[in-house]
Amino acid sequence: MNQRSLSRNAWIAFFVTPGLAIVAIFIILPLFMSLFNSLYFWRGMARLEFAGLENFRRIFFQYPFSERFFNALGNNVKWFTTTMLVQNTLGLLFGYFLSRRIPGSPVFQRVFFVPVLFSIVAVGFLWRLYLTPGTGLVNQFLLQAGLGSWARPWLGEQAIATYVIIAVNIWRWLGFPTLVFYAAINNVPQDCLEAAYLDGASETRVFFQVIVPLVIPAIMIITVLTMIGSLNVFEQIYTMTGLSGGPYYSTDTLGTLFYRTAFGGVDTGLPLIGVGSAIGVIIYLLTFASSALAILYFRGRETEL
Amino acid sequence: MKKLMISIIVMLALIAPLAMAGGGAERAARDGVELDFWSWRVEDVAEYNELIRRFEAENPGIRVNFTPYQATEYNTVLSAAVQGGNAPDIIHLRAYGGLEQYAAPGFLMRLDDKLPLRNRFDEDTLRAVTSVSDGNIYGVPFASQTLVIYYNSRMYNELGLEIPETWDEFLSNLEVMKDAGITPLANGSAEGWTLEVMHGVISPNFYGANEFFDAIMSGEAKFTDEAYRRSLAKLLELRPYMPDGFTGVNYVGMQMGFINEMAGHFIGGSWEAAYFNSQNPDLEFGVFAGPVENRGDTRYVSSYADGSFGASATTRHPEEALKFLEFLASQETGQFFADELKLQSDIPGVTSDDPYLQRILELNENSTPYIQLVGFRYEQPTGSSLLQSGLEGMMAGTIDAAEVTRQVQRGIETWFTPGQ
Repeated sequence: MNQRSLSRNAWIAFFVTPGLAIVAIFIILPLFMSLFNSLYFWRGMARLEFAGLENFRRIFFQYPFSERFFNALGNNVKWFTTTMLVQNTLGLLFGYFLSRRIPGSPVFQRVFFVPVLFSIVAVGFLWRLYLTPGTGLVNQFLLQAGLGSWARPWLGEQAIATYVIIAVNIWRWLGFPTLVFYAAINNVPQDCLEAAYLDGASETRVFFQVIVPLVIPAIMIITVLTMIGSLNVFEQIYTMTGLSGGPYYSTDTLGTLFYRTAFGGVDTGLPLIGVGSAIGVIIYLLTFASSALAILYFRGRETEL
Repeated sequence: MKKLMISIIVMLALIAPLAMAGGGAERAARDGVELDFWSWRVEDVAEYNELIRRFEAENPGIRVNFTPYQATEYNTVLSAAVQGGNAPDIIHLRAYGGLEQYAAPGFLMRLDDKLPLRNRFDEDTLRAVTSVSDGNIYGVPFASQTLVIYYNSRMYNELGLEIPETWDEFLSNLEVMKDAGITPLANGSAEGWTLEVMHGVISPNFYGANEFFDAIMSGEAKFTDEAYRRSLAKLLELRPYMPDGFTGVNYVGMQMGFINEMAGHFIGGSWEAAYFNSQNPDLEFGVFAGPVENRGDTRYVSSYADGSFGASATTRHPEEALKFLEFLASQETGQFFADELKLQSDIPGVTSDDPYLQRILELNENSTPYIQLVGFRYEQPTGSSLLQSGLEGMMAGTIDAAEVTRQVQRGIETWFTPGQ
């Protein structure tokens, strides 16, 4: 008996250790490394003496980090609210329509999901080409459609640049929430819906008062994933408007700010690994806190059958 | 089960050091000394290998391995290697702040006490390879770049235009092109660094070139001074001649505009010519310096050292590394760079019969340091990054030139102490 449970545990350890080691080395260790690094002064790549919270003070109180940080955070908030409002609302609607077996729904199911499979970098570069002012597809299309006055330098206008990048990202990612909501709605027990219809509830009423409450767990997952994605957005900006988050910082996010502070580019100067790591730590804390809050919020609203 | 795992671990532990220690040392002992030489010039492998072949012929017993990495990844690869104690013997380095990054923590071999560099190069060139923290030289100057205005000579002939000298003449040339239905300027503002280049071409002749540079380095002048503000505001006068939607036109779009002869001018660096030639061999173009306010004013071009060659402080073959660096600093190498790579070598006595390179050298008779790169690309925030984003805002009309100068001054004041 004892012998058996020992060998059983050995086998469990054997299978778990590789995965655990990967998580420990590539996720947990770097997390604590960046916390550690953020508490020291750095000179280029050389770590100097203990700095306490000095790197954090610089982010919040020293020009230009303070302005850059809050500007970038503001853009991350734009990413979250716009994605929630547009992408996830559309995802819920599309998921609902697909589950109602509208004509051609098997085709739509697949078509919606295709862009999700594309490489984020390829999508960024391609859309940057499409959005070029003179020769880009988007403006050419508007011109052909007689909407020439709508043509603009999409990624070059400060007021809209961030929203344009978000729109591209929604185009790429919409299939994911659609699929999740579609699966969730399909899981709503048929007898609940039938009971509601027999009671004379309208389609709208069924959607809002039966379906939505029952897919709260899916909404929670999508909301938390959107939060994490919005706080960590980087590749889309990097490929479409560059590391400096141009024009004039209008598309800057915590991700791009972190990268150019910690690693720098050709013209950004000596890397500030301490300040960069501190930004990384803040991104982590924000992600953790907001995800935890969202989960607590939705837990209270789940409906059990 | 347990035994198997233990024996695997023991085997790995035995094999790993063997695999790592093998090769290199053994080979070097057989063939003499081997030097590793890293660079970002992926495009020039054949030329560098030819140069190395010449060095090896003159120095039997020393072999040099040239390994280039993608320019965008080079700094990351190099800093990881240097920090991990695996620095190559010979390092192709950037200049100014890019050199400081490695010189200040002591990763590079000091050169001025070992090679006669101080007497051979002029002050501006040496600035590129001198560490600002200790004043020692850590690199052999490589080549310089000059910032100029390219013009399409065929269009100039057809429209009967002449190379402008003054700002007004330049604007009137742009106006003629615009009336003829040609986009006068290829430049956009989607990528901030292209705006910094534009400022490097246009502004020095309005802020007072070298005099202002010296004053700002010594602390007598500030970027918020009227002269500098006005020199930035001059760029606004170019907006009507830039492409439609120029705020969204990026570097590639700019190059395409000039190469495909849709635009008549391109404000850029001397490095563009090779690309223009390769993309459109029929393109006829020339270059001129940024225009001046009044006829007869001295006409300055911004120029800067584009890199340098250094040696690792921890190289196991310091003597051989110095021998190779000495070779890289020789007139023979400079001439090779000029002839084979069309580079504007910093080495004295190098001549060229290439008309384009000659023209660039001629423009360099009145040169001024490319101000933000040479003086303010050391610490964060760099003058360059502040200016680039600020100019994006200015060209889009969000902020004015005065606000750009305030941001630059305020940012660099956090780390720059004048007079050092």
